[in-house]
Amino acid sequence: MADPMKIRATMVGDKVEVKVLMAHEMETGQRKDSKGAIVPAWFIQNVTATVNGKTVLSAEWGPAVAKNPFLSFRFSGAKAGDKVVITWTDNHGDKRSDEATIAA
Amino acid sequence: MTHTWITAAALAAGFFAAGLATAQDKDSTSKQIERYREALAEGNPAELWEARGEALWKEKRGPKGASLERCDLGLGPGIVKGAYTVLPKYFADTGKVEDLESRLVTCMVSLQGFTPGEAKKDPFGGPGKKVPMDALVAYIASESRGMAMHVSIADPKEREAYELGRQIFFYRGGPHDFACASCHGAEGKRIRLQDLPNLTNPADARKAYTTWPAYRVSQGEVRSMQWRLNDCFRQQRFPELEFTSPASIALSLYLARTAEGGVMDAPAIKR
Repeated sequence: MADPMKIRATMVGDKVEVKVLMAHEMETGQRKDSKGAIVPAWFIQNVTATVNGKTVLSAEWGPAVAKNPFLSFRFSGAKAGDKVVITWTDNHGDKRSDEATIAA
Repeated sequence: MTHTWITAAALAAGFFAAGLATAQDKDSTSKQIERYREALAEGNPAELWEARGEALWKEKRGPKGASLERCDLGLGPGIVKGAYTVLPKYFADTGKVEDLESRLVTCMVSLQGFTPGEAKKDPFGGPGKKVPMDALVAYIASESRGMAMHVSIADPKEREAYELGRQIFFYRGGPHDFACASCHGAEGKRIRLQDLPNLTNPADARKAYTTWPAYRVSQGEVRSMQWRLNDCFRQQRFPELEFTSPASIALSLYLARTAEGGVMDAPAIKR
């Protein structure tokens, strides 16, 4: 199973700033290994962020995103103490979900 | 003359590629690299290694099914906070000067029951290969963030290793007749557009030493001091620097001592 994400969520004025670090190889499918064989593509395809069951961010990613991606975004409509849940799904169908409490 | 010209051309190309329209003065390239580092620092993936390392530190592993939590890293059994600032140091139980990586190997053998061969088998991670060593090093180094380097050379064994490290630093050899000092022994040297620290100068040594281990963006891995030295040897076309060998520890002690008083800021992030 994939390693946990690092999620930080803090209030900035009336908005919530979320910063996420994800552990993922993000193979493009273009690279070759030492034997010359193509390393199969393996990357995060979908990322969603929900707060109180409501989706605040939904993204479709491709192989152009870097290894161990960092994602930062802001949204309004939540308060300190609420929980942000981030979920990613990769092209192998692997899934990882982690949550963080919004700090004041 | 030709050399100067190439240097100027390379610099100009660098400015152009980076799109630095306002970059006129000589220092602006390094300033821009500094800005790039700052921009990256916020989302340093080394945090993922730190988290994994902390879990590994507490996880019961090996034939003895024990965690590393009783490991003495130099400040007493189980003390991680600040341990990186006193390493490498002499350990009475093994009778050797050890750095962080070799000390971890010692603890994996004595506490967890691994054989030395198993403990040293995968010193560095790579694509698709996550190794415990990188993560443990990242975690332990991160617990010394903000603390000043203070290694001892009071013990005769430490003094001996320090002297040996200094000799290795200045020793010229290999097909390129290179020493560490060839690149890191004078002011104002650089490789491509990266300024090289003069490691004989305490100000530069502090800055360099305190930012390792580091996450290498171009490799997508956290790299330890052992890796850094190993790769320097490769770049010098020296014989391979064996993982946790006395030579590697001696060199590390020499650098750590030169960086005395530098405030740890690792794992850092590098290009």
